[in-house]
Amino acid sequence: MSRVRVLVGTRKGAFILSSDGARKRWKVSGPHFAGWEIYHMKGSPLDPDRIYASQTSSWFGQIIQRSDDGGKTWNPPGTKPEDLMTSEGMPKGESNMFVYDASPETGKPLTTHQWYDGTQHPWEFKRVWHLEPSLSDPDHVYAGVEDAALFESTDGGKSWHELAGLRGSDTGPKWQPGAGGMCLHTILLDPNNPKRISIAISAAGTFRTDDSGKTWKPINRGLHSEHIPDPTAEVGHCVHRIALHPSRPNTLFMQKHWDVMRSDDAGDSWQEVSGNLPTDFGFPIDVHAHEPETIYVVPIKSDSEHYPLKGRLRVYRSRTGGNEWQALTKGLPQRNCYVNVLRDAMSVDALEPCGVYFGTTGGQVYASADAGDNWKPIVRDLPAVLSVEVQALP
Amino acid sequence: MIRVILPPNLRTLARVDGEVELEVKSPVTQRSVLDAVEANHPMLRGTIRDHVTQLRRPMVRFFACGEDLSHELPDAPLPDAIASGSEPFLIIGAIAGG
Repeated sequence: MSRVRVLVGTRKGAFILSSDGARKRWKVSGPHFAGWEIYHMKGSPLDPDRIYASQTSSWFGQIIQRSDDGGKTWNPPGTKPEDLMTSEGMPKGESNMFVYDASPETGKPLTTHQWYDGTQHPWEFKRVWHLEPSLSDPDHVYAGVEDAALFESTDGGKSWHELAGLRGSDTGPKWQPGAGGMCLHTILLDPNNPKRISIAISAAGTFRTDDSGKTWKPINRGLHSEHIPDPTAEVGHCVHRIALHPSRPNTLFMQKHWDVMRSDDAGDSWQEVSGNLPTDFGFPIDVHAHEPETIYVVPIKSDSEHYPLKGRLRVYRSRTGGNEWQALTKGLPQRNCYVNVLRDAMSVDALEPCGVYFGTTGGQVYASADAGDNWKPIVRDLPAVLSVEVQALP
Repeated sequence: MIRVILPPNLRTLARVDGEVELEVKSPVTQRSVLDAVEANHPMLRGTIRDHVTQLRRPMVRFFACGEDLSHELPDAPLPDAIASGSEPFLIIGAIAGG
């Protein structure tokens, strides 16, 4: 029988939840990296025991951790003596070194972005929000960072370099931070086209490269954001999350600050599919593992009240790719619930039936082993959950 | 031997319990002590001082012999008690955030 491993990043450490394919009994491991913020963990699709983790602290900065045994043991890549060596014979220890490209060849002199008050502000690295292992090489991994930029490593996380064409795509000075910071939080790799990557930034919007990251273009046509000076601007939209199904990579789904959107031309144009949602503000959006037109969101009351409407935690599912939504409530608290579900805190597994998982700022991780019809908490009292990723294992 | 006390989060990261003991050649300064800390524990590079500028991270402080040495020059000699190992060099995460 298949197994499932749920990787949970929280404000105070990482937890690994594991179960057999029935997904009824769970074993909880952790906290790993106790006391540190774990923004994200994700395993390689080629080698599920190769897991990358973003470990951060306002005091001590960024750490990248890597496990090669499914999360049992961890090491910052490149810190063993047999790893990268300096001329003095010591490991370089550069796995946490994220330096914006300022070289005249590839890093255009793009040094400022828009600050909250409209003035220009220098780019300052703060943390890695999201790690996306490549579809073709376990040593190749992308990192979306705050202040927004895309980095990649081709040596298993030992060293990183910026794909500077994104910040250099002329619109950088117009990007601005959302309430959570100016973060590059989503990285979608196209399984049919290894040169195509789509990313999302709060609050700049979505961008796409078709040449492996050398050049990028904004793909925000059709977005309408009333809270910005030009509601249909090329950039400046607070995109909270985008998602795709690997069998239809030209169809993208988006949870924007307000509005749920879809695109059927790889982001070149977007249409609103909020339909009958009770509120179309929210953070995560995800796609059923086997049904490309079945999508999930968690509606949140508003941008100033980050909790479910009327204290009732409800996942909404559309089986029509949007517009027609059904509330999923069985097993979820339907009174006095005022948690939030953050943008990277929802995931699906590829078992049959599809499993759906999400974590809350109240420390609960909920799981449904039947595509959302019924829910149960795996754990109830973790620190605030920042991210949830699921691995289906043989 | 020079004695260094790391903050709890960095002890976890470096996988050390209690104090770290290091051989540091004279003159014993902030820079030479931190160089030795990072050489022995490469995963700490970038966590105490910036990778590129080598400046102390804003929310990290250095104390020794009851004194805040955070704003001393990195190449200024540390007190004799640190150089002799009778007192530890403390690396502290600033108390902030309630």
